[in-house]
Amino acid sequence: MTMKSRVLVIVAALAGALPLGAQVSSDRLIGAVRDSRNWLIYSGNYSSTRYSELTQVNPANVRNLELKWMYQGAVAGNWQATPLVVDGMMYITQRPNDVVALDAKTGRVFWVYRYTNAPNPLVCCGSNNRGLAILGDTLFMGTLDAHLVAIDAKAGRPRWKTQVADTKAGYSLTLAPLVVKDKVIVGVGGGEYGIRGFVAAYDAQSGRQVWKFSTIPGPGEPGFESWAPCPADQTTFCDSDAWKHGGGSVWVTGSYDPSLNLTYWGVGNAGPDWNPDQRPGDNLYTDSVVALDADTGTLRWHYQFTPHDRYDYDSVQVPILADITWNGGPVKAMLWANRNGNFYVIERATGRFLAGRPFVKVNWMSTFDEKGRPIQTVQPAGEPTWPGNQGGTNWYSPSYSPRTRMFYVSAWENYATIFGGIPVEYKEGRNFGGNASRPYVPVPGAPTPGLRRGPINNWTEAAATGAVLALDATTGDMKWRFPMTDVTDSGILTTASDLLFTGGREGYFHALDARTGAVLWKASLGAQIVNGPITYEVDGKQYVATISGLSLCVFGLRE
Amino acid sequence: MHRIAVVVAVIAASLAVARAQTGPYLPADIAYGAKLYTAQCSGCHGPNGDGVGGVELRSGRFRNASTDQDLTRIITIGIAGTGMVGFPFDPPEVAGVLAYLRNMNTFDPAAAYAGDAMRGRTVVESKQCLRCHRIAADGSRVAPDLSDIGSVRSAGSLQRSLVDPSSQMMPINRPVRIVTRDGKVINGRRLNEDTYTVQLMDDQERLWSLAKADLREFSISTTSPMPSYKDLPSGDLADLLAYLLSLKGR
Repeated sequence: MTMKSRVLVIVAALAGALPLGAQVSSDRLIGAVRDSRNWLIYSGNYSSTRYSELTQVNPANVRNLELKWMYQGAVAGNWQATPLVVDGMMYITQRPNDVVALDAKTGRVFWVYRYTNAPNPLVCCGSNNRGLAILGDTLFMGTLDAHLVAIDAKAGRPRWKTQVADTKAGYSLTLAPLVVKDKVIVGVGGGEYGIRGFVAAYDAQSGRQVWKFSTIPGPGEPGFESWAPCPADQTTFCDSDAWKHGGGSVWVTGSYDPSLNLTYWGVGNAGPDWNPDQRPGDNLYTDSVVALDADTGTLRWHYQFTPHDRYDYDSVQVPILADITWNGGPVKAMLWANRNGNFYVIERATGRFLAGRPFVKVNWMSTFDEKGRPIQTVQPAGEPTWPGNQGGTNWYSPSYSPRTRMFYVSAWENYATIFGGIPVEYKEGRNFGGNASRPYVPVPGAPTPGLRRGPINNWTEAAATGAVLALDATTGDMKWRFPMTDVTDSGILTTASDLLFTGGREGYFHALDARTGAVLWKASLGAQIVNGPITYEVDGKQYVATISGLSLCVFGLRE
Repeated sequence: MHRIAVVVAVIAASLAVARAQTGPYLPADIAYGAKLYTAQCSGCHGPNGDGVGGVELRSGRFRNASTDQDLTRIITIGIAGTGMVGFPFDPPEVAGVLAYLRNMNTFDPAAAYAGDAMRGRTVVESKQCLRCHRIAADGSRVAPDLSDIGSVRSAGSLQRSLVDPSSQMMPINRPVRIVTRDGKVINGRRLNEDTYTVQLMDDQERLWSLAKADLREFSISTTSPMPSYKDLPSGDLADLLAYLLSLKGR
């Protein structure tokens, strides 16, 4: 081949190629729900359904999925991040706060940005980061040392950095930010360190704070009365300043309804987690969902799932926004499977409680009053409470399919804790849990599932088992159940070909029939899957991606 | 077998944590702790816990500790700037010392028979424990290996295991019964299990990894196949316990 002909071949090959990673406007983010070739938002779209319109992979050919590429992370620990995919470019965070830009078709890396955290940031549960947001050609990442960083999506270089809160006081950012219009919205972690939680919005161009909503109201603000004065006759320790370090962390990404201009955020546990006696009252807005005006951060409504929580039932689950039929008419609803073991349907314009019912065994409450307030049934000392400390579910992303009208959630079944609390005085930067709880197992001292898993399931069915549950989105009726031997912290993805993808601690990546729960395909990836799978399309081919252990695995159909 | 040792070690670690938080303190742990106290602690603290000026261990009140977690930290790490050094106790030893410290005022070591590990070894032989269990290079692999059991299970737990084996059987070790599609029956001890498969050792020491979809029957029992030794003379039981506690896997 002559030099001239070789150049011609290269030119011919390039003719079909397009540059990767175009601009992402706020209108494009609103349209993400229909733009299934890409994955532009942590939960796939503003309604957080983790549902994709892609149908190339379907029940008939899913068995032909094969590994197309892998990216090996270098940092040990649970890898909980969801990637973004923008026009053939994939962006993902890895511990503690690296950002990696890859070719979504081949896995080849364009750049790596490494953020240097302040020494020893305070985090309860590992150096987690769950992902990014994008606007224009700028990526946004929260950091363990409680900063928000803007990064040039092409060059991988920082554009600005803003301090969101004080890491020395136990604040951290582990969630993926949410971009709404020209703002970047984040919440803060630190519910085990006596923070006073908040949601805040920052100008995407400058990094300047635009609004801030405290999840723990202060004196004079509505809701402050839920931090009741200490009774004069209380014999146990009571903290008259409980609200100042009342928790209410926000560590999972919220949702947004453009038609109502409301953004919805789940709020974490009250502090101290396990000793409610020292913080009398309902402790708003802990364990609540709050609906905030996206422009101003003004609270429009709230619903509290677990008033005066004594179980660490963070309500940080991803709010799924779905338009359903209720009493014969259309309703803009919010669907929510809570850590406290109940599935809820809430009217998302007003916060009106429509329905609530358990999806796992629940004995901390009996029923709901007409306003949706749970009637609590505190168990006697030493007796188990269901669900246990990690919850009936937790932060793992659920999914909703408008085709099946089912809500899908990863659940922990047969799982309980013997709860107990001890008084704890607030000291900045010190653990503020007040914990005297212990796992419930039939054999004293037997292992129970914690945050991590080795290659052997040594807690077994004696402590807990996992399942994917498919619930009727309107009634909460269980339509099917896919039981697992071990528990699962995996998110769920559904597609318009009625496939459901999920993982679990055992390291299997399963494809289920979203209508029946039947296993259609599985791959054993060798280490626990604790992120939410995604799907996307590049050059006309559909891919499905998940993370097992330190390996980002991307599958496509065999050709 | 190394894998099982790892499992048992993990179990033991969680056991120690759970007990440190909760108590109560079992007689076997208190007795084991008294023995350790006499050997390791009484040199400074004295047999009655009052050997160090200003420290009265029998009072049940401690200047630098209130919870069992505090005590564990002091016992294993020490107190900087004082004569209290850290002791490299394993979890059963920590559980024992804690139990004794919490009961020092009422427990009389002289009245309790601490057991003789050498005699306990002869009990293991006479009761044919190694027909199922293994210690170092001797015995069967069918039941859990005991080579380091004294560093992973507390005295109280071991004592209960001997009297009521099912109550202390770790769930991972539960016996499984399998019937394959072609009618083959496999009885064994579970080594690992997931949604689709199970790994086990059968009663012939053979390792199996089976797909559940290929099985006609798969059942897990919560009853231990080990007989109870509750009728063993109490002296023999104490000797046996002392021997098991001496098995540190080193």
